[in-house]
Amino acid sequence: MSGKNIGLLLCGLLGIVFLLPVCFLAAGSLMGRREVEECLAPILWEGSEGYAQWRLFPQYPTLRSYVQLLLDSPGFFVMFWNSVKLALGVLAGQMLLGIPAAWGFARYEFPGKRLLFTIYMLLMMLPFQVRMLSDYLLLDGLGLLDSLWGIILPAACSTFPVFLLYRFFCGIPEALLEAARLDGAGEIALLFYFGLPLGSPGIISVLVLGFLEYWNLIEQPLAFLKDQSLWPLALFLPEIGVKEAGIAFVASVIALLPAALAFWAGQDYLEQGIIASATKE
Amino acid sequence: MKYRRKTQWTGLLWILPSLLGVGVFIFFPFLDVVRRSFIGAVTGDFVGLANYRSLFTNRAFLLAVRNTLRFLGICIPLLLGLSLLPALLLDRQRKRGQLVKSLFLFPMAVPVASVVLLWRTLFHSQGILNGCLSRVSLAGRDWMNTGGAFWVLVLCYLWRNLGYDMVLWLAGLAGIPDSLYEAAKVDGAGKWVLFWYITLPNLLPSFFTISVLSLLNAFKVFREAYLVAGSYPHESMYLLQHLFNNWYRDLALDKMAAGAVVSAVVIFGLSLCLKRLWD
Repeated sequence: MSGKNIGLLLCGLLGIVFLLPVCFLAAGSLMGRREVEECLAPILWEGSEGYAQWRLFPQYPTLRSYVQLLLDSPGFFVMFWNSVKLALGVLAGQMLLGIPAAWGFARYEFPGKRLLFTIYMLLMMLPFQVRMLSDYLLLDGLGLLDSLWGIILPAACSTFPVFLLYRFFCGIPEALLEAARLDGAGEIALLFYFGLPLGSPGIISVLVLGFLEYWNLIEQPLAFLKDQSLWPLALFLPEIGVKEAGIAFVASVIALLPAALAFWAGQDYLEQGIIASATKE
Repeated sequence: MKYRRKTQWTGLLWILPSLLGVGVFIFFPFLDVVRRSFIGAVTGDFVGLANYRSLFTNRAFLLAVRNTLRFLGICIPLLLGLSLLPALLLDRQRKRGQLVKSLFLFPMAVPVASVVLLWRTLFHSQGILNGCLSRVSLAGRDWMNTGGAFWVLVLCYLWRNLGYDMVLWLAGLAGIPDSLYEAAKVDGAGKWVLFWYITLPNLLPSFFTISVLSLLNAFKVFREAYLVAGSYPHESMYLLQHLFNNWYRDLALDKMAAGAVVSAVVIFGLSLCLKRLWD
């Protein structure tokens, strides 16, 4: 066995350790209420002795917690749909605004382009905390506090998709577009017949990266949504608390599923997106 | 053949919808905050730099800045180093590396809210981690309520971001032409020589971009910090983001405005460095 193979093996082991938290959750979701409470007793009840423990394989696997959550908690579905609406709303908006903008930046020359693009890039770097006050004042002024639109609209205007799509659209050879123009193709046709198909890896990576980000959105809803019936899953989960641990594990797993699915289906594009957002070409 | 593109106003038309959105929802509101940072919260008069002066004498602000700098100073080098190792091993491995890469990248997809419960059970004073430690007769500690909280946060950050940085390192490594290695091997260079004189120097541009991006990503660790420990966590993990959140709850508009402008200036500075690397 060469050194490289041993290294690879160690890497794989470390990678499995990285996956352990998810296995923990899955195991917890398959335990009955009693088994969870037994494992976590020292945390659940003040003054009890000893330490919490965990099993990667439940002794008495059961789907009871799933049934309980899915059948008996209508609130959970509301939150789930809120999350879906938020994520899909933001992504749709980003596509609608971002694709034309990136196309314009990538394929045309106009005065002030460099300056505008630099401003876009700087704005994309601002973390939410810096934008918190300005978002609040704006949403307050527009009457959009306590509404899903108040979260969706600012996020749909995020400049990150424009930046990422720009990188992909720049890769389309100009000669191709010039030839189509000579054949009489209109400017809008160029986007539909060349931009969208050839830039589709970019579009998919924006969707995958965006979905992982907005499915996970916490700061904005926390700050701007007082009405709990509008909350996304990500805010609801920590509220469940350790006392109802059985349900909390199931809810965590269900919240994880769509993101895991997006990751599994889009990993290649995810990597392309990460690389395109960081390197020059 | 390179085509010279003539100036086309149609380009601006493509951008117009996005421009309007960005203007209304991001750009002008931010300018308004810059204006507010020079205005007293109560009176509404122009107060010059008074808000900034009170910011830099504010105990909570200084604590948060110190903690944030300490956090970045520890996390970024650790992350860069730890992600480079697997990247070096996975470089030029094609198929076999893919699975390992997926394992490292996956935490990025795990919603923060899903793991909150786990962090709580893991790092509780009678939690699973202390249970394991006691079994090998090591003394545990109350992680979340001591200086240990800071290290829990570091761990969360590394767990979530290692794969991201690894992918970037791998892209950098893939960009080093094979011919360089071949030529050096012909000249009889050993493994370490190759690493020191070819791999490392050629990774330098990647190094800078990855550092800046990791820095910017570090702001998202607040999600974990907040969900696990709430608005008032242990002092050692009280970061700028907690401070902003608490200001927001108290509607301390003047401090928030000044704080936002100071943070934005620092971030803009970093981003411009990054842009120079790209251009």
